[in-house]
Amino acid sequence: MSVDAVGLEERAAVLATRSIKKQSKIVGLRLAIACMDLTTLEGKDTPQRVRQLCRKAVTPDIDDPDLPSVAAVCVYPTLVREAKDALAGTQVKVASVATAFPSGLAPAHVKLQEAKEAVAAGADEIDMVIDRGAFLAGRYREVANEIAAIKDATRPALLKVILETGELGTYDNVRRAAWLAMEAGADFIKTSTGKIHPAATLPVALAMLEAARDFEQCGGRRVGVKVAGGIRTAKQALQYLVVVKETMGDEYLSPATFRIGASALLNDVLMQLTKERSGVYQSEDYFTKD
Amino acid sequence: MNRLAVRKTLKLFIGGAFVRSESGRTVACELGGHVMQAARATRKDARDAVRAARAAWPGWCGRSAYNRGQIIYRLAEMMESRRAQLADGLRASGSSRVAAQREVDAAIDRAVFYAGWCDKIEQVLSTKNPVASPHFNVSSPEPTGVVAIIAPRLPALVPLVSTFLPVIAAGNSVVVLAGDADPQTAVNVAECVATADVPAGVVNLLTGCRAEVAPTLAGHMDVNALDLWLGDEAVACALHDAACTNLKRVRRHKEPDASFWFGPDAAGLAWIEPFVEIKTVWHPAGV
Repeated sequence: MSVDAVGLEERAAVLATRSIKKQSKIVGLRLAIACMDLTTLEGKDTPQRVRQLCRKAVTPDIDDPDLPSVAAVCVYPTLVREAKDALAGTQVKVASVATAFPSGLAPAHVKLQEAKEAVAAGADEIDMVIDRGAFLAGRYREVANEIAAIKDATRPALLKVILETGELGTYDNVRRAAWLAMEAGADFIKTSTGKIHPAATLPVALAMLEAARDFEQCGGRRVGVKVAGGIRTAKQALQYLVVVKETMGDEYLSPATFRIGASALLNDVLMQLTKERSGVYQSEDYFTKD
Repeated sequence: MNRLAVRKTLKLFIGGAFVRSESGRTVACELGGHVMQAARATRKDARDAVRAARAAWPGWCGRSAYNRGQIIYRLAEMMESRRAQLADGLRASGSSRVAAQREVDAAIDRAVFYAGWCDKIEQVLSTKNPVASPHFNVSSPEPTGVVAIIAPRLPALVPLVSTFLPVIAAGNSVVVLAGDADPQTAVNVAECVATADVPAGVVNLLTGCRAEVAPTLAGHMDVNALDLWLGDEAVACALHDAACTNLKRVRRHKEPDASFWFGPDAAGLAWIEPFVEIKTVWHPAGV
């Protein structure tokens, strides 16, 4: 099935204009926090930095203890154990990227081993990347087999499959890759690694949500969607929530089926929530960096 | 054949771009017998301006003071080449030909004056302090950050440039709410700034209603200082209170007579000093 690119972008643009203010904004932003995968994927990450991030994941704002915790903390495999320790006794999950993130270009057995070790170290969720080169070359079976193999090897962890839509070129390819990942056993389909520009966009998210909806209606399972990369402002987060609600309905607006992968976003959301509480615009100077 | 006159839309100047108010609203002002519509800034426009000023600040204060001086001198050059436009604007709001010319001259001279000050501020305000221990102890000024200015109402030109030039000379970025008496002159000044190599966002000029915009700027946590030129004591007090949330530096002035702006007290180091922070460094000295 081919995607109507013009219609898709138009619909995403229309949904993005919806004005969300006051009480509904507060509810939306709290939901955005609850659905957030707080992420740090930098070469300079240290165990200390991850611990600090975990504290923030559990209690995003010490001045507002009623705020929900984020859904998960997303780190590199070597830092999983650190994150697991720091999050012991909380509801926050540990997600690990795997399979030679972000390129996915490593021998199959190395990728498999990496994913297994991440789970052994305590990861509750695995964010794997697909081999885009193989996908674009039309070796779909190879990509599907790899996803299935990782799913088998990492059970019972939740498997999120990163399509890296910025490298797929067309919405048709996005839909095809999404469908392929869902059939191969993905629990979530995820837009991007965050290392490639463009990362998540509203039309791409809409295309993936529609694929997930159609997959479910065709008798498949309910598969979640995770948007990641380039989502830095509270306003963007609300736009994604609108697109999710309008495509999948209220039920889907939960961390079980929708996630936002982000790092800088959390502070902007906290700034907006504080603004709603205090009535004055906020400054980054008063919010922790990590 | 008669041609249709091309009328200028009076817009806000935010982040180096001329934009309409996000609300699309305008405010009517009477200038020289006819009514003009100027953009009416909202709270959101003020917020956008602060964001632009914050983004521009590291680059501006990171430039050498000498370079800032060159750029402000360039602003004087631009104003010089737009003398006629600036003077026409003032005449349209009721100044006589002579008074308008005098005001334009004074405004341009003020830009030259502060261009010269840029690379002298640090020398003049820095001190080497005597201390009773084996240390070098030196203090030097650093820019305060983002400064919001509620500009005087009248006259329209000299007070406007006299309030923001010393602030940017010190390396701050500014959000200026121009007086509502003559928004056209504020836009003319913005056009000079826009063509003077002043980096986008260092100077942001808003027009509109004080009662609407000033409280937002006063309360904004990302504004570091507030320069208030208000006649109304009660309003100034309320803004001062709002400014306390993040301990802004606040300067409060009554609106002086027009003649003040042409006198000896209308420019000088005393206008720069309130918007710098003095940093003191202790360094061990050898015996």
